[in-house]
Amino acid sequence: MQSFDLGEEGLRALNSALHALKGQTNMTDWEVINPKGAHAIAAGVDAPVEIIVRGSTGYYCAGMNKQATIRIKGSAGPGVAENMMSGTVIIDGNASQYAGATGRGGLLVIKGNASSRCGVSMKGIDIVVHGSIGHMSAFMAQSGNLVVLGDAGDALGDSLYEARLFVRGSVTSLGADCVEKEMRPEHIALLADLLKRGEADGLAKPEEFKRYGSARKLYNFNIDNASDY
Amino acid sequence: MCGIVGLFLKDPKLEPKLGEMLADMLVTMTDRGPDSAGIAIYGGGTEGRAKVTIQSADPDKDFSGLQDDLSAATGQPVTVEVKSTHAVIGVASAAVPALRATLGTLRPDVKVMSVGDTIEIFKEVGLPKDVATRFGVAKMQGTHGIGHTRMATESAVTTMGAHPFSTGSDQCLVHNGSLSNHNGLRRELIRKGKSFETQNDTEVAAAYVSQKLDEGQSLGKALESGLDDLDGFYTFVVGTKNGFGVVRDPIACKPAVMAETDEYVAFGSEYRALVNLPGIETARVWEPEPATVYFWER
Repeated sequence: MQSFDLGEEGLRALNSALHALKGQTNMTDWEVINPKGAHAIAAGVDAPVEIIVRGSTGYYCAGMNKQATIRIKGSAGPGVAENMMSGTVIIDGNASQYAGATGRGGLLVIKGNASSRCGVSMKGIDIVVHGSIGHMSAFMAQSGNLVVLGDAGDALGDSLYEARLFVRGSVTSLGADCVEKEMRPEHIALLADLLKRGEADGLAKPEEFKRYGSARKLYNFNIDNASDY
Repeated sequence: MCGIVGLFLKDPKLEPKLGEMLADMLVTMTDRGPDSAGIAIYGGGTEGRAKVTIQSADPDKDFSGLQDDLSAATGQPVTVEVKSTHAVIGVASAAVPALRATLGTLRPDVKVMSVGDTIEIFKEVGLPKDVATRFGVAKMQGTHGIGHTRMATESAVTTMGAHPFSTGSDQCLVHNGSLSNHNGLRRELIRKGKSFETQNDTEVAAAYVSQKLDEGQSLGKALESGLDDLDGFYTFVVGTKNGFGVVRDPIACKPAVMAETDEYVAFGSEYRALVNLPGIETARVWEPEPATVYFWER
């Protein structure tokens, strides 16, 4: 295992070393110690490696991740896994605002709670939150799946496109054009797979969730909806 | 963008180290606010005596002979402790109005930063580490303190535009964000008798809270009223003689992290600001909820 002391060697050296792994590598196991809330830890990695960050991180940890599996053994600051393309990011603690924002692929797992704007504008990423999420989550979410074992805050899924939202607990309020939808067998199957991959299969059953999605009333201009735009 | 740090000690054993911990937290927030920095520190204080912290652009001229001049003019024993561009005047509490009136005549260019039993405010333009060194923040002791690093977005980079702002006895407020209705509110507060030193939005928020306290509201209630009356983005941290409060606007896009142990309650704009605090590994760390008032009092 490659062990990297962020306090000693600095962020730029870490990210340069990780970016150099693109293509073939046999250095597949990495450990980052003393992260101390630093920004942009392991952002822009594009290699099938495993990275463990031992502590809490600041802004944009694992941003733009491709292929890598990144585990944060603490909590994550704003914008964790922002615009992730593929791979997996797992946070043992809580995540701050806009976790997984604009993510295009891969899996983000948050074992604690996520605060506001979780999955904002998500475009294909799967997000599994073991705890609860804050207000304005999945705002303008376009595709992908957001699974929440706890509760969701105000204005869930406002101006939603085609992302699927699954919430087990209560929803404080639904945003404009977001409605509850029927759980069909294909959704139960999808959810069972997401819970398994999200390390939550022992914690909740797919049948306990409600599904929310777009009513598709804001897609096209409609003069009767002028006041809603 | 700005940086906020705050530390409210529960364990008196840490009081000699308050300045040292606060200075470290403040410097960590430099890249959120390299324009200017300031701290409000609460400590010391003697029954019946008040502290008036003043600032001068020309300290050699203004502070020279100040102690004798003020003692003679007020007929009271006055102490003056100079710290760089600031000085802390010690005076009998009852003589504060007379001292302020006299100060305006004796040293018209001097600005009053704070007045109270225990509060002292030090703020200047420049990098936070230079500001902290200039005032010797690391050597300061106290019960609680609030610091701010400023990246100005809304009014000029000047000493008076730096935070914290104090608009009432032993009160102070720092802000990360920007208000959109401060001009209207400022006019209303002027009608009610408040006066302003700057065009800064944060000074309006501070004066708003002071006004509500003058009207008899508790600090918690005053901050709740602010949720209705202050429009814009804000994370506020406020200090009073005995307490320390936090509130975020309902959208809550300005970051905030808090940590609590048996020894202290700490605030940071980012977790980075908290990482060197004792016992942080096992502290309860959380983000304050939007539109929710948090308050600790001894």
